[in-house]
Amino acid sequence: MAKTLAEKVWDAHVVRKGDGEGANAQPDLLYIDLHLVHEVTSPQAFEGLRLAGRKLRRPDLTIATEDHNTPTLDIDKPIADLTSRTQIQTLRNNCEEFGVRLHSLGDAEQGIVHVVGPQLGLTQPGMTVVCGDSHTSTHGAFGALAMGIGTSEVEHVMATQTLSLKPFKTMAINVEGTLRPGVTAKDIILAVIAKIGTGGGQGYVLEYRGSAIRALSMDARMTICNMSIEAGARAGMVAPDETTYAYMNGRPHAPQGAEWDAAVDYWNTLRTDDDAVFDVEVDLDANTLEPFVTWGTNPGQGVSLSAKVPSPEDFGDENAKAAAERALQYMGLAAGTPMKDIRVDTVFLGSCTNSRIEDLRAAADIVRGREKDPMVRMLVVPGSARVRLEAEAEGLDKVFKDFGAEWRFAGCSMCLGMNPDQLEPGERCASTSNRNFEGRQGKGGRTHLVSPVVAAATAVRGTLSSPSDLDPAPESAALTTDAA
Amino acid sequence: MEKFTTHTGIGVPLRQSNVDTDQIIPAVYLKRITRTGFEDALFSAWRKDPSFILNQEPFNAGSVLVAGPDFGTGSSREHAVWALKDYGFRAVLSSRFADIFRGNSGKQGLLAAQVAQDDIELIWKTLENAPGTEVTVDLASKTVTCGNVVAPFEIDDYTRWRLLEGLDDIGLTLQHEEDITAYEATRPSFKPLTLPARTS
Repeated sequence: MAKTLAEKVWDAHVVRKGDGEGANAQPDLLYIDLHLVHEVTSPQAFEGLRLAGRKLRRPDLTIATEDHNTPTLDIDKPIADLTSRTQIQTLRNNCEEFGVRLHSLGDAEQGIVHVVGPQLGLTQPGMTVVCGDSHTSTHGAFGALAMGIGTSEVEHVMATQTLSLKPFKTMAINVEGTLRPGVTAKDIILAVIAKIGTGGGQGYVLEYRGSAIRALSMDARMTICNMSIEAGARAGMVAPDETTYAYMNGRPHAPQGAEWDAAVDYWNTLRTDDDAVFDVEVDLDANTLEPFVTWGTNPGQGVSLSAKVPSPEDFGDENAKAAAERALQYMGLAAGTPMKDIRVDTVFLGSCTNSRIEDLRAAADIVRGREKDPMVRMLVVPGSARVRLEAEAEGLDKVFKDFGAEWRFAGCSMCLGMNPDQLEPGERCASTSNRNFEGRQGKGGRTHLVSPVVAAATAVRGTLSSPSDLDPAPESAALTTDAA
Repeated sequence: MEKFTTHTGIGVPLRQSNVDTDQIIPAVYLKRITRTGFEDALFSAWRKDPSFILNQEPFNAGSVLVAGPDFGTGSSREHAVWALKDYGFRAVLSSRFADIFRGNSGKQGLLAAQVAQDDIELIWKTLENAPGTEVTVDLASKTVTCGNVVAPFEIDDYTRWRLLEGLDDIGLTLQHEEDITAYEATRPSFKPLTLPARTS
């Protein structure tokens, strides 16, 4: 029978089909190939194992890193916030006790869990990947079935290396065409979420397809899959191809020699059959897409950067109307204001959505040779210590520092403000992260989600801006020639 | 897990859609390493507003939350469920739940009952016209009753069965440990192991 990519990966991991039908029908029991762990959602799960006298079944399929709480300054000093310090120390103790590999603050492989897995080559096509973090969907960029789970499920995976799951429905997101300059993967996914809504993906695994997706790098595909959860989807996937293999080859945990050949033979089968049927298909035209930005307090409340702040009256549905009214009030915005007139206080370049080397390169290309708006502060937070080292080897740290941005150590940082990197009440931020919820980046903070190049252009002008709004940089022509 | 059959308690109308888990419990509270004691964290930003529903009697003693669509979106934090339970909620009614929140609720014995939006509107009106009206959520018959409103709700059969029986998930799965071991023997050798650690 013809199958979609998601169904193939699912079927390859069924340990036990669910018994029965009707009232007592059980879900399938699925094997989990990789369990990523961090300090926030794991302490209660480890404690659960301890209380029940259970072992961690597969330490060799488990890896932990410190990311949510970690400071991005003074990382050689003890963590100032005592509850953060305790939580991180608890992770260290638990990993020691249960034999889990841990990359701690200061280690070259430390960083955001969703940046670390792929860069180590631990995320591979056709795998099942879980983590107690909703942005686990990131790993779907490799053609893995990757899902965020809660702490009870974290404990379940620790004890059994499986999860009980009900089959999902499938949705194809077809993105055909060619992106214009200055339009990126982030704009694709923000446009998708605006189109299908924050609940549009509920119960579905999304598969991103089409020529525009095939043309994207792995870093860009990760940006798209990362935000699948913001459309409510349990997972997002891209079928593996030569781009995937080129990224994987030579990574520390990628297969080698004959194992590599066997793996590629298998990975080549991981694509949706031509005659397979999706439950739903959604089309997006890449040719006409513009840079996208959010105006409200959920990721579905977005518009083209060249558009205006919408009016609640634009929404037919009563709930959407009320939500828009509330959002405008929280965001301190008047309907009809051009998005590009909105002035920001802070620009945040980072998070599991946009903190990889290509994101940093793209932003650096915009700010190189330009001056930051003096009223704006800009934080650049690489996704991992490894990305930071790579960026420094390319001199990107110097580009950002010369521009006037702060060059920080790796972690989740201002995406959710569990560490000291937070917005002040009323402060407005152009952020490359994934959530513009009320208070997400700090109590009372106001978030506009944008791509790295829009973030960079915004830092130059002080108002939400696209790279095409910038005057030519004095030195940019020379540098472009050098790079070529 | 404690069994859930039926629950009756004061209904709390929360006329809002897209209540994300950052609103249910802000990230600052996630630094704790315990599984209990999160009652102070529930809706903590909104509770600073005196007009917020949980700052009004008798809603502050409520145990059935009646919310707008897309409840529990965003972060996977199970702390959202713990905070609702620690405050005293036993059931949440909404026309649409985020998948992870719904899953987390089922693991913790908080009933996430999916009720049609038209019925939610009727229940909201009842609760607003007569504050303190009790809502009964009957899991066996999958119905919710509030004043004159009687409405069906949806919940997946497996979660319903587990809640009714109060079954522990890990215990259920470990009954099939032989199947897990048999599956492990068939996994291809090219699949990666995290140990021994390799780095670049």
